[in-house]
Amino acid sequence: MSMAPKATATPATSGAVLTRGLWHENPVLVQTLGLCSALAVTNAVANSLAMGLATTFVLVSSSIIVSSMRKYIPYEIRITTYILIIGTFLAVADMALEALVPEVHKAMGPYIALIVTNCIVLGRQEAFASRNSVKLSILDGLGNGFGFTIALLLMGIPREVLGNGTFLGYHVMPRAFEPWVVMMLPPGGFLMIGILLLLANWHDLKKIARDAGAELKPVSIVKPATMPEREREAVPA
Amino acid sequence: MSDLFWIFVSAAIVTNFVLVYFLGLCPVIGVTNKSVTGLRLGLATTFVMVLASLAAWVLNTFVLGNAPYLRVIAFIVAIASIVQIVEMFIKKVSPGLYRELGIFLPLIASNSQVLGLTIFQTNRGYSLPEGLMFAIGGGIGITAVLAIVGNVRERLEFAPIPAIARGPALVFMIVAALSLVFMGFAGMGTA
Repeated sequence: MSMAPKATATPATSGAVLTRGLWHENPVLVQTLGLCSALAVTNAVANSLAMGLATTFVLVSSSIIVSSMRKYIPYEIRITTYILIIGTFLAVADMALEALVPEVHKAMGPYIALIVTNCIVLGRQEAFASRNSVKLSILDGLGNGFGFTIALLLMGIPREVLGNGTFLGYHVMPRAFEPWVVMMLPPGGFLMIGILLLLANWHDLKKIARDAGAELKPVSIVKPATMPEREREAVPA
Repeated sequence: MSDLFWIFVSAAIVTNFVLVYFLGLCPVIGVTNKSVTGLRLGLATTFVMVLASLAAWVLNTFVLGNAPYLRVIAFIVAIASIVQIVEMFIKKVSPGLYRELGIFLPLIASNSQVLGLTIFQTNRGYSLPEGLMFAIGGGIGITAVLAIVGNVRERLEFAPIPAIARGPALVFMIVAALSLVFMGFAGMGTA
């Protein structure tokens, strides 16, 4: 995945460093980072949990190394250095998952290796760990990692319950429930992230409306640019 | 021969990299404002993927035989170098295209499509021609999706849309519909 990390102001307290990644700056729901792994593995709750925790491990471990070596990493080759550090911890996480939960490891397949290109991990090294102390970087890594896990579970739980009628493999839906199979398939993933982003937008608009003291109109239609058909075609690219 | 053809078809359509494997979603949000830009980035990605497939085959065959745990690191370094070379090449040959692609050109290096391609290719044990066909098919599939989503978005620019559905939420709704359409091909060929 690839997207420039958003510049964020360093919060004052270490508690704020830990909690902001969980919700207000949630990497998936607010910053739309790390979507490849977020969508690919969330068709079961167990896979979502494993992916979330593996990413958290890689993120926190790389943050520790990057922040403790931040004064010695030359600026020009910093990205390459970060990627090598991340890749090393990825190999550790990959082998650990294979040993501890072989079925989950098999179900996640090549997506574990793709944690390397998850832009949450690289983004936090560049935006936070390379500029802050080890202690703050650990908290930041934990916050963002758990925020990522929360977002994965928000997608994984509805997808498994609706698509398969199960939760962590146990049947939870009534016998008469016919599974909504498409939720387990790729379109279900795109639909689920679409719905979550709609809810996030709704939340934002409500807040903006409240701050402005105005009435909430989240479904108000945005006025389209009124341009006649012929002019529209003529607009230079 | 027919194997090569079906590898191509399934990489391009049946198991489309974007719509079925969820690879490379950032460019889908980032460069699909205009379908032409999406098309060009798709072609640049295809080019990188073909070179990466070749590099992965060389690494697997001659270097990494005894050290599979170094695979991801080796692939990432190879891909980053390839992107660097392609970037210099495009800058020299077509400065206009270089400016248009902007930040998304170097970011092909951290694009999961290219790394995903090399890993799928390794796991399935493709030979050199099979891997190259897989790369070309996958690249064409990505280019098609970027161009289609770009076209839909260009038209929606002038449509009345609820305020809450602006931005990435709308893009994912479009992609969900497109993914449903491509599910119709599921099961065809050698997936």
